[in-house]
Amino acid sequence: MINISNENVALWSRISSRKTFGLVLDELAYEYPDLMVLVADVADSAGLGEFGEHHPEQFLNVGIAEQNMIAIAAGLAKSGYKVFAVSFAPFASMRCFEVLRTYLGYMNLDVTVVGIASGVSMGTAGNTHYGLEDLALPRTIPNMTVVSPADCTETVKAVEALLEHKGPAYLRLTGVNGNQPVYKEDYDFRLGRAAKVREGTDVAIVATGTMVYESLRATRKLQKEGISCTIWDMSTVKPLDEKALEEAFDSHKLVVTAEEHSVIGGLGAAVAEYKAWHNQKTRLEIIGLPDSFGKAGAYAWMLDQQGLSARHLADRIAEAYQNLG
Amino acid sequence: MNTELCTRIEGAARNMRRNMLEMTLHAGPNGAHIGGSLSSADIVAALYCGILDREGRGDHFVLSKGHCAMVQYAALCEIGAISKEELMTFEDNGGMFPAHQVMNDAIGIELSSGSLGLGLGFGIGLALADKKKGTKARTFVLLGNGECNEGSVWEAVMQAPKLKLDNLTAIVDSNHLQLDGGPEQIVPQANIAESFRSFGWEAVEINGHDIGAIYEALSERKEDGRPRMVVADTVKGKGVSFMENQVKYHHAGLTQAQYEQAVEELSHD
Repeated sequence: MINISNENVALWSRISSRKTFGLVLDELAYEYPDLMVLVADVADSAGLGEFGEHHPEQFLNVGIAEQNMIAIAAGLAKSGYKVFAVSFAPFASMRCFEVLRTYLGYMNLDVTVVGIASGVSMGTAGNTHYGLEDLALPRTIPNMTVVSPADCTETVKAVEALLEHKGPAYLRLTGVNGNQPVYKEDYDFRLGRAAKVREGTDVAIVATGTMVYESLRATRKLQKEGISCTIWDMSTVKPLDEKALEEAFDSHKLVVTAEEHSVIGGLGAAVAEYKAWHNQKTRLEIIGLPDSFGKAGAYAWMLDQQGLSARHLADRIAEAYQNLG
Repeated sequence: MNTELCTRIEGAARNMRRNMLEMTLHAGPNGAHIGGSLSSADIVAALYCGILDREGRGDHFVLSKGHCAMVQYAALCEIGAISKEELMTFEDNGGMFPAHQVMNDAIGIELSSGSLGLGLGFGIGLALADKKKGTKARTFVLLGNGECNEGSVWEAVMQAPKLKLDNLTAIVDSNHLQLDGGPEQIVPQANIAESFRSFGWEAVEINGHDIGAIYEALSERKEDGRPRMVVADTVKGKGVSFMENQVKYHHAGLTQAQYEQAVEELSHD
C-alpha cells in the first residue's frame, strides 16, 4: 500500500500522473514478484527510469515496437505473470489496437496497458502525440476494463487496484506536472465505481481524467450564477457505474459529461448509450475535444482553445442549463 | 531418428492430410485453408508426434499462421486430444473448431489466432516466462512465408536474440504462395534465412517435407543463447496433384469427386 500523505500528494502533483505511475509501480513491484513491466522505449517518460535497475528481473524494454510489446505481454500473462505494458497513449491504444483486441480481449489475459500523457497533455508536440480516441477504442473490446483517473492520487489508487484485478485493462493517464489534486487524502477507490466529489441539485457533471478538477473549478463560477452542481468522477469508463448514472439522470435537470477526449466514442458516448436505454427525459450535454485536428500549443492554451478549461466549462454548462427552458 | 519414429510421423502426416480433406469436404461451400495446411502437415506431424513434450517439459506450440488451424485440429486428433467425431465438426455453426483457432487450454490450443504477425511475439512471452521460471520447456512457433510480410514479425525477430531465447524455435512454412500469388509479385523474400541470421538467430534451411530433416532441425537444441529459425521449403497443397502450387487452393472447397481423387492420390503417396 502506498501512503497517501500530504507530502506524497504534493510531490505527485508536481511530477504529473505519468511520473507518479512509474514512481509507485517501482515501489509496489517489491510486493508483486510476478509483476512484469514492459515499456516501448518510454521508461523515463513513464517515471520508470530506475525500474530496470531496481527490478531487473521484472523489466523489459522492447524498443519502439508496441505491437510486439503487447504480444510478448500476452505470452507472459498466459504463463502466469501479471503484466503492465506502457507507451504513449496514441501508440499504446491505436498502434496496437488489434493486438489489444485479439491477444488481450479475446484471450482475456491479465495485462494492463498504460497509455501515458493522454488527452492533449503533449501540448506543443501536436496531434500525433495526443490521446484523442483512447477511451473510445479500448471500450469496444469485450473483457476490457477502461480506467481514467482524475489526478495523481487516483492514479496511485488505480494502479493498486489494477495489480489486484484479473483480466485486460487500459489505464489512461492525463494531465501534466503541476495539475492540482482532486484527492488530498486517502479514500475508498474501487474499479467500476464513480466517486461523488461534489453534491448539488441542478446539474450532474459526470467527468473523467483532468476534467474532474476542471469541473470542480467551474462549479465555483456556476455556484455564483445560482446553478448547483453534483460532480461524479467516473474513473472507470468501462464498465460504467450505472448506479451513479441513475442518480445523475433521475435527480438532476441536466447531465453534462466532460472529458479530455474526442466527443465521439468516449465517456460522453458511453453515457449517451446508457441514456438511450434508461432515461430519455433528462437532457445530456457532451463536452469533450471536437471532432477535428486542432492546432498545437502549450497544454493550458490547448484546454482553453478547445473549450475545456474551467471558465469555458462553466460557460458551456450554464448555457446548456439556461437552454433547458 | 529411428525408423519406427519416422514411420509413425509419416503415418500421422498421411492421416492428418486425409482428415483435412474430409474436413474441407465437411465445410462444404464455406471452404477451408487447405493449401497451407497441407504444406504444414509434415512439420506439424513431426512436432506433435516426435518433438513436443507438453506434459513433461511443458512445451508450447504457437500456430501463428492461424488460418491453418485445421492442421492443428488434425494433429490434436492424431494424438487423441480430440476425437474424430469432434474433428468433423470443423467450421460447424457455433462449434469449437472454426477456421481460425480459439484458445482452449483443455485440449491444448494455447492461443486464439488468425491475425497474422503476432504469434512470434506471443512465443517470446512464453519462452521468456519459461526462462525466468528455469524450466526446460521449449516453445515452437509456426509462421507462414506470407505472414512474414507483417512488420510485427520483424519486431519479434529483432527482440528474441537479445533475450537469449535458445528455448524458442520458429519455423517458416515457406510454400512460396500467399493469397494473391507468389512473393516475387508481392513482397520478395529471397535470402529470408539470411535476414533472420543477420539479427542473431541461428537459421537453418530444410526441405519441409523430409521427415528426417524436420525432426533433426526441431529436436536439436543448442544452449548457446540463440533462438532458432527453421526455414522449411514446402509445396502449397502438398500431396494432392491438382492443389500443388495452385494459389486458388489457399482457401477452397472440394466437390465429392475432387475429394475422392485427392484421397486416392494420398493413398499412393
